[in-house]
Amino acid sequence: MPEKQSTVTGASEAPPIVSEWRRFQRVFFQRKLVMFGLVVLILLVFTAIFAPWLAPHNPYRGKMADSLSQPGNKYLLGTDIQGRDTLSRLIYGSRTALMVGFLSVGLAGIFGMALGIVAGYFGGFINTIIMRVMDALMGFPMLLLALLLASVLGSGIQNVIIALSFATLPGYTRFIHGLTLSVRENDYILAEEAMGASRARTMLRHILPNVFPPMIVLITLMLGNLILAEAGLSFLGIGIKPPGAAWGSMVADGYQYLLMNPVLSFAPGLTIMVVVFAFNMVGDGLRDALDPRLRGLL
Amino acid sequence: MSTLLEVKNLATQFNTEGGVVKAVDGISYHLDEQEIIGLVGESGCGKSVSQLSVMQLISSPGRIVGGEIIFEGQNLLQFEANGPEMRSIRGAKIAMIFQEPMTSLNPVLTIGRQLTETLELHLGMNQEAARKRGIELLRLVGIPSAGDRLEDYPHHFSGGMRQRVMIAMGLSCNPKILIADEPTTALDVTTQAQLLEMMKDMVERFHASLVIVTHNLGVVARYAQRIYIMYAGRIVEAGTTKDIFAKPLHPYTIGLLKCIPRLDEEEGRKLVPIDGLPPNLINMPSTCAFVPRCAYKSERCLQEPWPPLRHMGNQHYVGCFSND
Repeated sequence: MPEKQSTVTGASEAPPIVSEWRRFQRVFFQRKLVMFGLVVLILLVFTAIFAPWLAPHNPYRGKMADSLSQPGNKYLLGTDIQGRDTLSRLIYGSRTALMVGFLSVGLAGIFGMALGIVAGYFGGFINTIIMRVMDALMGFPMLLLALLLASVLGSGIQNVIIALSFATLPGYTRFIHGLTLSVRENDYILAEEAMGASRARTMLRHILPNVFPPMIVLITLMLGNLILAEAGLSFLGIGIKPPGAAWGSMVADGYQYLLMNPVLSFAPGLTIMVVVFAFNMVGDGLRDALDPRLRGLL
Repeated sequence: MSTLLEVKNLATQFNTEGGVVKAVDGISYHLDEQEIIGLVGESGCGKSVSQLSVMQLISSPGRIVGGEIIFEGQNLLQFEANGPEMRSIRGAKIAMIFQEPMTSLNPVLTIGRQLTETLELHLGMNQEAARKRGIELLRLVGIPSAGDRLEDYPHHFSGGMRQRVMIAMGLSCNPKILIADEPTTALDVTTQAQLLEMMKDMVERFHASLVIVTHNLGVVARYAQRIYIMYAGRIVEAGTTKDIFAKPLHPYTIGLLKCIPRLDEEEGRKLVPIDGLPPNLINMPSTCAFVPRCAYKSERCLQEPWPPLRHMGNQHYVGCFSND
């Protein structure tokens, strides 16, 4: 059909009409780094889900006799001071990383979105209260705030999640607040109010879908950051309680035996690096694929 | 015919850093059942604000500071702006459509969702019934193959089509009043004519009244029964369309008519623009705001406060000293 039309109009040079999904596919899936990131993330999720079947040894209890054994046939990446298999702990560490990452992004994302939309839509006094509190929270560096909260709340995975959610909340709130301010000024919001819709309905049905796509990108980028932050907290000893497996604490534990078996620290360190890199690549890819300003350039 | 809406001494102000802006400064008008009226004036004269005030959609720093809006025997201003009473009137009994069809529809929702939302909200229809009614409405406003278009997004529609969708949305709950705020300003002239014609047919069919807000006298000439001329937040002249066009009394109306071409005039007449600019609405003097641009001004205009509207016979009112 298109060929026939082009001969009729003679406009064979006209670009073909590309659907949004096609364009998204083209930009997103054709970049090697993005694909690499995606593969890593899929593998990571797969590893986390099937950890008990994948791990060759018990990650929490080792044989003291095998303490600090070198990488070899029995222990692919060697063991730590308590004789626990590094590979198994890495595999189980993916569960911690993903759980902390997703739950704290989810928690902070939902609350941040709600607060941002409410502040931006209502404006005035409510806006002042919410945003000034967020500004005060933002005054602290994210990791410092998380550190403070985590040490007050004590260690344990749920406290790490709460601390990280709280520390990242102002970022989401400000982001959504800004988007809401621009969406609110559109005539369709006024038109919606003129139709007799309640304010809750306007916020949920009309503002939320408009601010959601950029939020997806932010969330993907934040996931990498949060995994890094969790590793940082664990490294400093305020994260997951031992014997729980977390990459950050593995780096910290292996650090003391760096000369005897460097793999103990390097393996989890490298894992953190690759995973965070993968999240950032996928986030960048999503941003480029969803950003209407880059339409036609990519 | 009985009066449907009566606005008395409505005043809306905006408190800005530079001072108080009296956007609407005590206007009174009325709208009969199944009547079409025009509200005409240049940009910034308070036309839109007056209509948003009727809907109580003025947002901070704006405030309705006085007056009454009597609709179906009730003063709408006694209701809270976001209360349930006002919400059940908006969209269901008084609907409003806006100037910019390109931005009046939510870009991320389908036309169908937006069209059926009001029906579900006000009439309690289920999805099935609302969709059927939505298709029927789209067909009525002249959208071809309406059934297939419910799933389309606003960017699939042209400006004129979107305004048709807006009209369909406005009329979906059978409102008593449709307020069209510059409905055709963003459209080209042929589309304007089609839309106005369609709008007139639609309000007749739905037995609704129509308020056309415009800066273009030509738009209302054919359709409105009565016209209100606004200047600087006040109504300066009111009358039947025939009277306004045949014997305008206020210098501003005369000026407006001089700058539009007419078919029935002698050849070679030059169009005369109105000199000067509309006044800054901050800290307005109490005298007539049109004085600096007026060709008929006298000493009296500079000394006495803004003259109230006076009856000049047969529904014709004017607020000017030059007709004494």
